[in-house]
Amino acid sequence: MNVISTNIGQSVSRIDGFAKVTGQAKYAAEPHPPGLLYGVIVNSPIARGQIAALRDTEARKIPGVVEIMTHRNRPHTALFEKSYVDGLGVPGSPYRPLHDAEIRFNGQPVAIVFAETFEAAREAAMLVEVDYERWPHNADFEAALHQKYMPSKTRSNYVPPKSRGNAPEAYALSPVKVEGRYHLAPEHHNPMEMHATTVIVEDDGTFTVWDKTQGPQSVQAYLTSALSLSGDKVRVHNPYVGGAFGSGLRAQYNVFLAALGAKMLKRSVRVTLTRPQMFTHVFRPEAVMDIALGASPDGTLQSMIVEGVTDTSRFEHNMENIVVWGLINYKCPNATAGYTIAPRDTYTSSDMRAPGATTGVNFFEMAIDEIAYACNMDPLTFRLNNYSDTDAMHDMPLTSKALREAMVQGAQHFGWHDRPMAPGSIRDGNELIGWGMATGIWDAMFSPTSARARLTADGRLHIATAASDIGTGTYTILAQTASEAFSTPIDRIDIELGDSTLPECPTEGGSWTAASAGAAVWLACQILREKLFKALAKGKNIPAWVKQGLEQDNLTLEDGILHGMNENQKIVLSFQDALSLIGQDALEVEETAKPGLRGTISQMRKARFTHSAVFCEVRVDQELGIVRITRLVNAVAAGRIMNPKTAASQVRGAMVMAAGMALHEESLMDERVGRFMNHNFAEYHIPAHADIPDMDVLFVEEKDSEISPLGVKGVGEIGMCGTAAAIANAIFHATGHRHRNLPISPGS
Amino acid sequence: MRRFSYSRPATLDEACHSAEHTRFLAGGTNLIDLMKSDVERPAHVADLKALGMHHIDEQPDGGLRLGALATNADTAAHPLVADRYPLLASAILAGASPQIRNVATNGGNLNQRTRCHYFYDPDMPCNKRSPGTGCSARGGRNRIMAILGTSDACIATFPSDMCVALAALKATVNLTGPEGERSVPIRDYHRLPGETPWRDNILRPGEIVTSIDLPPASFGPHHTYLKIRDRLSFAFAIVSAAIGLQIEDGIIRHGRIALGGVGTKPWCVPAAEALLEGKPPSHSLFRDVAERLLQGAMPDRDNAAKLRLAPRVIERALWQASAGTPQSQTDKTIR
Ligand SMILES: Cc1cc2nc3c(=O)[nH]c(=O)nc-3n(C[C@H](O)[C@H](O)[C@H](O)COP(=O)(O)OP(=O)(O)OC[C@H]3O[C@@H](n4cnc5c(N)ncnc54)[C@H](O)[C@@H]3O)c2cc1C
Ligand code: SF4
Repeated sequence: MNVISTNIGQSVSRIDGFAKVTGQAKYAAEPHPPGLLYGVIVNSPIARGQIAALRDTEARKIPGVVEIMTHRNRPHTALFEKSYVDGLGVPGSPYRPLHDAEIRFNGQPVAIVFAETFEAAREAAMLVEVDYERWPHNADFEAALHQKYMPSKTRSNYVPPKSRGNAPEAYALSPVKVEGRYHLAPEHHNPMEMHATTVIVEDDGTFTVWDKTQGPQSVQAYLTSALSLSGDKVRVHNPYVGGAFGSGLRAQYNVFLAALGAKMLKRSVRVTLTRPQMFTHVFRPEAVMDIALGASPDGTLQSMIVEGVTDTSRFEHNMENIVVWGLINYKCPNATAGYTIAPRDTYTSSDMRAPGATTGVNFFEMAIDEIAYACNMDPLTFRLNNYSDTDAMHDMPLTSKALREAMVQGAQHFGWHDRPMAPGSIRDGNELIGWGMATGIWDAMFSPTSARARLTADGRLHIATAASDIGTGTYTILAQTASEAFSTPIDRIDIELGDSTLPECPTEGGSWTAASAGAAVWLACQILREKLFKALAKGKNIPAWVKQGLEQDNLTLEDGILHGMNENQKIVLSFQDALSLIGQDALEVEETAKPGLRGTISQMRKARFTHSAVFCEVRVDQELGIVRITRLVNAVAAGRIMNPKTAASQVRGAMVMAAGMALHEESLMDERVGRFMNHNFAEYHIPAHADIPDMDVLFVEEKDSEISPLGVKGVGEIGMCGTAAAIANAIFHATGHRHRNLPISPGS
Repeated sequence: MRRFSYSRPATLDEACHSAEHTRFLAGGTNLIDLMKSDVERPAHVADLKALGMHHIDEQPDGGLRLGALATNADTAAHPLVADRYPLLASAILAGASPQIRNVATNGGNLNQRTRCHYFYDPDMPCNKRSPGTGCSARGGRNRIMAILGTSDACIATFPSDMCVALAALKATVNLTGPEGERSVPIRDYHRLPGETPWRDNILRPGEIVTSIDLPPASFGPHHTYLKIRDRLSFAFAIVSAAIGLQIEDGIIRHGRIALGGVGTKPWCVPAAEALLEGKPPSHSLFRDVAERLLQGAMPDRDNAAKLRLAPRVIERALWQASAGTPQSQTDKTIR
């Protein structure tokens, strides 16, 4: 038999790959309903103030323009501010597009032109004239730091730091000390696919919305609530998403305005953002972190003091967990941390790939390198010395932590033991060579998720859940899961995702989809198998060997066929035949996976993290300030790996992004106007191929039956955590210079 | 993008006599971008592609004539360019990406506009884009802006790599306009911003670049194009240097230097080049040359790093050229 079922853990190429490379995969801006209108948004050039006058006479003269919607003529939307709170639940007053004349951030939409063609809409948008009354604003992070505060209501996922011992005193007494202020520039997510929405107004007046989002059900809930539409009137699709990195966690203004336009004009509408407009909404917050570490000369940590601030808007309190990571991951008797947020007149910063940890883990790991050197100890040895087998901040056991193994295996693979300790000691021509390492830690989350499994008369297995595949490989790993759970070849399985009407699944984010949706699919397939067997047991015209097999428990399901014995002869029954024997067109179940599959394990008693150890080699032309990364090795301990191929590509992708964070990426705020000025790909530098070496990703064996029903932890974000620090630490090793501001660009 | 009319003139004469507010279209990699961003608002676009002008021909004097419509990629790959003017080939290959170079033309490269963030953003005041509105880059995010040749009105760099090599090679630009033909040395082609930053170069209305002439002299192995940028490829120069030296018996007979990324035009200082004549390569000489080249440099808020980097880039490039080990554009190790 040449078709065999595919198991979890095999390297399977993306099952949606063909559809993607042949253009059959449809993205949010691609549906083309008849009578489609194009919407182009006009953005505010000021950061704070109000619209004094708005003239659209010239714009309306452009042939093809249908309507220009502003705060004055927009249709009715929800009355109460709380109706605009989206799935991310950032405390504060959510931004309401075209709500009134007030301007709260540079780039805020002030009008949207709807026209019969994109060209007409764009031209007209250029002709809309707006006068503003300018109010004083502050967009400068340094100035915002003077107003830092702790909101009274925190974000639901905020982890308050917990102190232990007496850190200030222990720090004062520590013979070895390091102290420094670290700074991270704001970054934009910049997925390849820009945010876009197509709203199709169906004949019955309902809206089919195609949106670039990480959570179709969250967008569906937001639209019905904010636009006062009834729930059954709106259905949201996002079958394919061209990357998001967190920018699709919130409903962005394009989807609101597209739906509002459709409501006003009763016509299908498409709104796509331009690359510059991608710099007018969410971004990774700018951050400062003060880290002070004390140790004894033998390399034992005595005190850790961390203070961090990230920015937020003036109207919402976005928060990140940046200060807790070192306190969780390292054994140290005295530790304390503090966190506040600094408001400025911009849009609200938001989650970007490994939010909080990207900033906090990397900076902390840079500080660890520094104190290891202050103790004159190899940074890897120092980390092993201060290794914690528990969540040291909450004093809680962990479901698993194979970080030690990751460090050891990563070091071995990299050849770390050959490393001379002294910085600046390896030279090749004009280049100094340096080796650096860091560890990574990220949440291993699980969220209750539902999935449907349906076996049809043609023998195919259909799986459906409202999960989103944001380019991570979700289609593929869910197919593998179903293939193993239902012992059916992968090419007889159909996976349906990205539709708000499908069984409930939380918004894709936090690397929980693989663990959570995977468990739901697994459970649904198990129950479907039980249901099939029960139906066969109860059915009338069922062959005796089947009944007997069921009774004797030797009827098996293999490679999509039921196997049994008939008078010592092997005999098989196809799904098609089984269903016709039962007399059904299809068998279907819908199940919800909870922690412990059927809800038996509490998530509260143990802490849950993914870990990694990153090793990096750089070559630095110090005179010219040019850094080249020549080797990157990441050893990841993430529980069970569902598909090494897609998992490694997730980790590698994050490492590229982390290289960008370390060396290139920076959104340049002109605080005089509150606008990020390098708002295009020519000037916002993500790494190019030449910047990225071959990268090795190793998965360290980690059996964890408690973390999630399938023992899976998720790998979408761990690659961000530690990689930038490993690069910065390698630069130190090459040159002897500590750079505490990221990115480290030429001339810095 | 705003409405415009389009034509594809069949002759140079017809093209030169295009209507007022015409922009000429070559590869379009810059012009179309700027039109989409509402920076360029031509009433008419005259497409030059029917005019031929894509040849690369040897000249009777041993020099080379590069057609204005030859693509950057074809120019860099042409055997006569690669063999005799490797400095030019190298500078072209240091710029943009293969995809862009496949479409971008020599004439377009010469006439591309600045990459100043504020020029590109119609919401922001900019004297180059909207005369008299002010210069937002001054006091703003100007890490990429110029430190040489600036004026109160504008501090934008001219971003080309190719033109830096052309300036080192002392190329000549051939023009045809409504008033006939003329030829202009490349070093005089681009303008300092002064009080009129909206005029990037000396091109008159209706004038078209037809070709670029390279003089016969070349530098043998003693040349280099060294470009420092924010990532290892596909980024404009923070600082670059094109250098050609004539070296005999260990003595520099004469040298040509042009800088990119630091000036409002490809930056050449004949007095600095003169310092090289008759001397052997040395650290002190190269330091003096760098100092002379950068005399009068004035950084603004964010771009002081250019002032620190530029002398080092110049000195390193001078060593590369003297040693006859030009910078490779594929191997990113800086020699
Ligand atoms: C993302 C990106 C990165 C880049 N990076 C670099 C880089 O690192 N280094 C670098 O040097 N360049 C770089 N470039 C710029 C690129 O080299 C120019 O866009 C290109 O050379 C312009 O050529 P074109 O034929 O496309 O010109 P067009 O876009 O067609 O024209 C540009 C201008 O020149 C005028 N023009 C064109 N031909 C003529 C002519 N014959 N006579 C008179 N006027 C003419 C046009 O009217 C227009 O104003 C980059 C461009 C992009 C988009
Ligand atoms: S530097 Fe020149 S191009 Fe940039 S804003 Fe100022 S005037 Fe405009």
